[in-house]
Amino acid sequence: MKAWLANFRGFSAARWWGVVLKEFLQLRRDRVTFAMIVGIPIVQLALFGFAINTDPRHLPTAVISAEQSEFSRSLVAALRNSRYFAITEELPDEAAGREALAEGRVQFVLSIPPDFSKRLLRGEKPAVLLEADATDPTATGMALGAAEQIAGAVARKDLRGPLAALVPGEPPFEIRVHRLYNPEGVTQYNIIPGLMGVILTMTLVMMTGLAMTRERERGTMENLLATPVRPLEVISGKIVPYIAIGLVQSTIILLAARFVFGVPFFGSIVAIYVAALLFIAANLTVGITLSSLAINQLQAMQMAIFYFMPNMLLSGFMFPFAGMPTWAQWLASALPLTHFNRLIRGIILKGNGWVELWPNIWPILVFTVIVMAVAVRFYRRTLD
Amino acid sequence: MSAEALAIDVQGLNKFFGDKHVVADLSLQVRRGEIFGFLGPNGSGKTTSIRMMCGLLTPDSGSGRCLGYDILRESDAIKHQVGYMTQRFSYWEDLTIRENLDFVARLYEMPNRRAAVDEALERLGLTSRAQQLTGALSGGWKQRLALAACMLHRPQLLLLDEPTAGVDPTARRDFWEELHDLAAQGISVLVSTHYMDEAERCHKLAYMAYGQLLVQGTAAEVVAAQRLTTWAVHGEHLGELSQRLREAPGVEQTVVFGSVLHVTGADAATLEASVRRIAGGAGLHVETVPTSLEDVFIHLMSRATDNYQDRP
Ligand SMILES: Nc1ncnc2c1ncn2[C@@H]1O[C@H](COP(=O)(O)OP(=O)(O)O)[C@@H](O)[C@H]1O
Ligand SMILES: [Mg+2]
Repeated sequence: MKAWLANFRGFSAARWWGVVLKEFLQLRRDRVTFAMIVGIPIVQLALFGFAINTDPRHLPTAVISAEQSEFSRSLVAALRNSRYFAITEELPDEAAGREALAEGRVQFVLSIPPDFSKRLLRGEKPAVLLEADATDPTATGMALGAAEQIAGAVARKDLRGPLAALVPGEPPFEIRVHRLYNPEGVTQYNIIPGLMGVILTMTLVMMTGLAMTRERERGTMENLLATPVRPLEVISGKIVPYIAIGLVQSTIILLAARFVFGVPFFGSIVAIYVAALLFIAANLTVGITLSSLAINQLQAMQMAIFYFMPNMLLSGFMFPFAGMPTWAQWLASALPLTHFNRLIRGIILKGNGWVELWPNIWPILVFTVIVMAVAVRFYRRTLD
Repeated sequence: MSAEALAIDVQGLNKFFGDKHVVADLSLQVRRGEIFGFLGPNGSGKTTSIRMMCGLLTPDSGSGRCLGYDILRESDAIKHQVGYMTQRFSYWEDLTIRENLDFVARLYEMPNRRAAVDEALERLGLTSRAQQLTGALSGGWKQRLALAACMLHRPQLLLLDEPTAGVDPTARRDFWEELHDLAAQGISVLVSTHYMDEAERCHKLAYMAYGQLLVQGTAAEVVAAQRLTTWAVHGEHLGELSQRLREAPGVEQTVVFGSVLHVTGADAATLEASVRRIAGGAGLHVETVPTSLEDVFIHLMSRATDNYQDRP
């Protein structure tokens, strides 16, 4: 502990500032890194914002209708109106339906059996078959949920008078659903704020990961070590320019969220930037630590990807946190991205204040302090 | 000799890389204001020794002082007063010349930074090119920049690792004149080199091979200590003669310098007999000459190889 505290003694602001200036100068001349700073947010925003949708609509659907009745017509119309199903073809028989599914021409095949209305009227509870290509559950899940409701609604509308008895029994109570914070269920409202943390993690960990190994690979580390500059001055000095980069990236994403994707902002901008700064600091300490541990730039790169994967998968960015087993939730709770995602979605979509934010702020603080201590501990003061 | 008079005083330094004994029991003293030449073939451990002296590598055993500070415990204090020029150019190639000097000045917290940088640029003759990226400089200029940068903070001791490798003769001469000026001001210099003319310009020398310091002292002492006799044979087509002489009794080594062949051995009488029989017999002019440093180093090198191979 005493040896560790010695790292903070004799800290020189002049030397630290020297390191900061040098990093800024080098960064300014590094075109590739510069392109990455702006390019990565834009590419990611385009991919996730425009291309990815977890609630897909207009899925291609084939209909095998063995009878033409008012009922079958109104069922097909209701499916189409739900916007989940796009009726793309009429097929003659079941074999053709299977073929269409196997080829991937359609996502769903709806089969209405012969004598459907007749049997319905006789009260035999006939079945309509909806076959789905369920290889990707995300693609079909929402549509299938909608299909069941549609069937009920069609039945209620068309079966009136004496036939009303055939309508499936109403439940004794009603569940009223209010979709809070994102009433229309727009995927982008969730994804774009979440993307901020993902982009910051990816670029900052990678770039700072290279910061120290680059000095080692180019041989300039020997020079640095021969001067009186101290580990904490080098480490914290190298971090500063990347804080600026992180803030630039955050601003790009926030502007795109507001003006390109129309994400509604309920919380305070100050809170967003405070959370972002905290999260940026956490990522930079991770990057610098990897940089101190790695032997060369390739190794630093591999470590950065190794760190990035669980963050991406477990943080609640891609898959819901609540759906993970307990051990994975524990693991996720140790990752700063998990907390940042909650912070940023909480601020932007829910307008959360400091009291609601605190439970996700302190874990990031603790994480940062611990990782920084590791970085200073493993900074090699000699070439051994 | 008082510790004050010594800039470097190390005893029994050892360094292993894996099971390779790279520096073995190195003891070495450099006086204040002295230029100390450090010689030895590639891979003999010169760079490793220098790195241990300025705290960049931790010795596995041994102790020592640099400018009166303990090399193991007070490396921070040493770093303030030592200028270390690395063997490989190690300034930032994506910074300009001025930016490099300015950065170094900041790291040493120099009080009047701008003036010091301007002065260094002026002395280098690089004022007009100060805004050029360092990576675009030629090898010789890089070398001069590195020297200027490591002297910027006016260190008491310079550790220069092959500072003139690949530098043209005029620049080398200027460089050595500057070193002597510095030494006259009381600055101590430890410099590693492969050049004989440079070795001869040092106040003291040490020769290292395979991690072992084989000899140290003034050039004259180093030569005398080996007790070698050298004969010069003048003539043309000395290659074949050299072959025959090398197999003769008493001859330890032969080196051709253009139209002169140096024949060296420790046993003066046997050597003379062999030289007179083979070279004199061929009608060539032979004479004794003082053994040169180069003869001595070649001799030391071949002996060291033998010792190394004899070791179990
Ligand atoms: N960091 C290192 N790791 C392993 N071996 C090393 C390292 N540095 C130097 N060596 C080895 O130590 C020996 C001495 O190297 P060095 O001190 O650079 O010699 P010199 O400067 O005299 O050419 C060489 O055989 C070299 O390969
Ligand atoms: Mg060397």
